[in-house]
Amino acid sequence: MTSDINPRAEQYRELRDPMRDLCAQFDSHYWQAVEAEDAYPEAFVRALTDAGWLAALIPEEYGGAGLGLTEASVILEEINRSGANSGACHAQMYIMGTLLRHGSAEQKARYLPRIAHGELRLQSFAVTEPTTGTDTTKTKTFAEKRGERYLVNGQKVWISRVQHSDLMLLLARTTPLAEVRKKTEGLSIFLVDLHAALGHGLSVRPIRNMVNHETNELFFDNLEVPAENLVGMEGQGFRYILDGMNAERILIAAECIGDGYWFVDRARAYAGDRIVFDRPIGQNQGVQFPIARAYAAVRAADLMRYEAAGLFDAGRPCGPEANMAKLLAADASWEAANVCLETHGGFGFAAEYDVERKFRETRLYQVAPISTNLILSYIAEHVLDLPRSF
Amino acid sequence: MNIIVLVKSVPDPAAKVGVRDNKIVEDGLAWEANPYDENAVEEAIRLKEKYGGKVTLITLGPKRAEETLKKMLALGADEGILVSDPAFEGSDELATARILAAAIEKAGGYDVIWAGWTGVDWNQGIVAQAVAEYLGVPHVSFVTKFEVNGQTARCETEVEGGREIIEVDLPAVLTAMQTLNEVRYASLKNIMAVKRKTIPTWGAADLGINPAEVGKGAAHHHLMKLIPPPERAAGRVLKGAPEETVQELVRALREEVKVL
Repeated sequence: MTSDINPRAEQYRELRDPMRDLCAQFDSHYWQAVEAEDAYPEAFVRALTDAGWLAALIPEEYGGAGLGLTEASVILEEINRSGANSGACHAQMYIMGTLLRHGSAEQKARYLPRIAHGELRLQSFAVTEPTTGTDTTKTKTFAEKRGERYLVNGQKVWISRVQHSDLMLLLARTTPLAEVRKKTEGLSIFLVDLHAALGHGLSVRPIRNMVNHETNELFFDNLEVPAENLVGMEGQGFRYILDGMNAERILIAAECIGDGYWFVDRARAYAGDRIVFDRPIGQNQGVQFPIARAYAAVRAADLMRYEAAGLFDAGRPCGPEANMAKLLAADASWEAANVCLETHGGFGFAAEYDVERKFRETRLYQVAPISTNLILSYIAEHVLDLPRSF
Repeated sequence: MNIIVLVKSVPDPAAKVGVRDNKIVEDGLAWEANPYDENAVEEAIRLKEKYGGKVTLITLGPKRAEETLKKMLALGADEGILVSDPAFEGSDELATARILAAAIEKAGGYDVIWAGWTGVDWNQGIVAQAVAEYLGVPHVSFVTKFEVNGQTARCETEVEGGREIIEVDLPAVLTAMQTLNEVRYASLKNIMAVKRKTIPTWGAADLGINPAEVGKGAAHHHLMKLIPPPERAAGRVLKGAPEETVQELVRALREEVKVL
C-alpha cells in the first residue's frame, strides 16, 4: 500500500487521481530537459489545457468546469506535488476572473468559451511598474482616450508568460493621480490582444532570472487599444484587481503546499535510503527532526489554506485567511525546501535530483505574487488594528 | 453508432500482490482498469466522435469496480453499467462471458463491442471471444488498426512476425492491443460529468440468469492452489582473479543454471 503523507489525499480523489496520472507523464526527465533549454513547458501546458484543467474556474455556461476555488486549488497543489511548476500556467486559471466578474456580456461571450477551450491563452496581467512596485495607485502607465480607442504609454515589469499568451490584461491610469478624489480611482483595466499589439506600440524584453520562468519588461509607445476592450467601468480598475487577489493568494498557497509535501517526501525517502556510517542518515535525530518540523509546518499551513478556500467558496470575506494561508504556506514550503536540500547534502545541488530546481522555484513564493512583508503589514493593519506602517 | 466496451477492474499491475489462503490479498491493493481495456475505451470514443452515437461501458465485478468504471467514463464514455451479484463470484471464463453477453443484450442495440485483448490479472484472453460466440457475432482479436466501411470493418491485427488484414461484418466483437491508439487523459469536464451520472447495477435476476448456472459452483475448472512466485534468491558474486572467475562463471552457467 502506498501511504500518502498528505492526510487529505483521500479528499477530491476524483481530481487528484487523474491529475497525478497526467503529471506522471511529465516526469523528472521532462522538467530537467525544459530547464536545460530554458524552454516553456509547452507539451505539459497543452496536455493540461486540452483536458480542461485550466478552465476549472470558468462557469459551465462558458464551457468551463465551474468548480469552486477549493477544487481549483487542489489541481494546482497536485501539479506542484508532482515535481512540476504551476507557474508556467496557473494564471490561465484565474486571470480570466477579472473578465468574468467585471467584463461585459459581449466580452464574456466572445472570450471566455475560447479561453475555456484552450484556443486563447489569457495568462498575463500587466500591473507592476519599475518605479511603483506594490504601490499600485502610483501606476504611471497612462491610457488616454481618443475617440473609439485608447493610446497607451508607459512601462511595466515582471509581466509573466507574455510570449505564451494571446491576451493580456493591462492596468493603466485613465485619470491622472492629481485629478482624482481618492488615489485608488482613475485606474482602468484593458484587454490587450497581444498578437495585434506586438511591434505596434508594445515591445517586450525578457528578463533572465533565477528560475525557468518567462517574465518580461514591457514598453508601451502609443499602443492603440480599442475602447471596447475596456473591462468594466473606466476608473474602477483598482477595485477589480483587489477582487481577484484573495483567489490568487489561496491558489498560490496550494501550490506551496504541493511543493512542501514534495520536499518532505523527497527528504524522507532520501534520509531513509542514504546509508552513511552503516546506517540510514534518517536514523539521526539531527536529520529527522528538521524533516518532522517542516512536515508539521506544511500540515498546519494546509489547514489555513482549506479554511481560506472554504470561506471564499461560501462567498464570505476571507482577506485575512487568504493572506495568512499564502504567508504560512510559502514559509512552510521554503522551510521544507531548505530541509530537503540539507538532507540531500551535496546531491541536493545536482540537477538530476530536482531538489535544487524546486528549491529555486519555491523561493519565489516568498516574493511573488505578494511579498511576505506586505502580508505581515496587512495582518497588522487590517486584522490587528495597528497603525498603518507605510 | 452504438459501441459497447467491456472493462475489467484489475489490481494495479505495478503493485506487489500477496497470496493468502489461495486468494490474493486485497487489503490495500489499488484497482485500475485493465490497461488494454483503456485502449478499447479510447477506440470506442474515437468512433463515437467520428460517427456519433453512444459508448456504453460494462463492468462485471464487485461493488468496488464501480470506481474503475467511473475513471473510464471520465475518458468520455456516455454510460456505465456495473454487473454485480454475489452469485457471479467465482465464475469461470465461460460463465463470465455468458453474464456479459446477457448484459450486452439487455443494454440494447450495438454495432461494435470492444474489449482488451487480455486481462492483465489472470491473463486468459478468453472472455471476449466467448462473448462473441454467445451473441452469435464474429470477432477479431489483437486489433491494432480499425476502420469502419459501412456494414463491415477493416481490422489490422498482430500475428507472430507479421500483420493480418481482416474484413469483418458488423456487429462484431474486437479486442484491442496497446498499439491500437494512445489513450487520452480524462478531461476535467468529463470527470465532473461522471459525478452526475448514476451507474445502474444489474444482478442475476435483472439479466434472467439462473444463479445455479454461474459462479463458483458451476465452474468447469477450479483453482486448486495459488502459489506466489518464490522470493528471488540473493545473487552470487564471484571473487578472485579473472581467469578463475570466468571459468567458474562458465561452469555455473552450464551446470547450475543450465543456460549454456
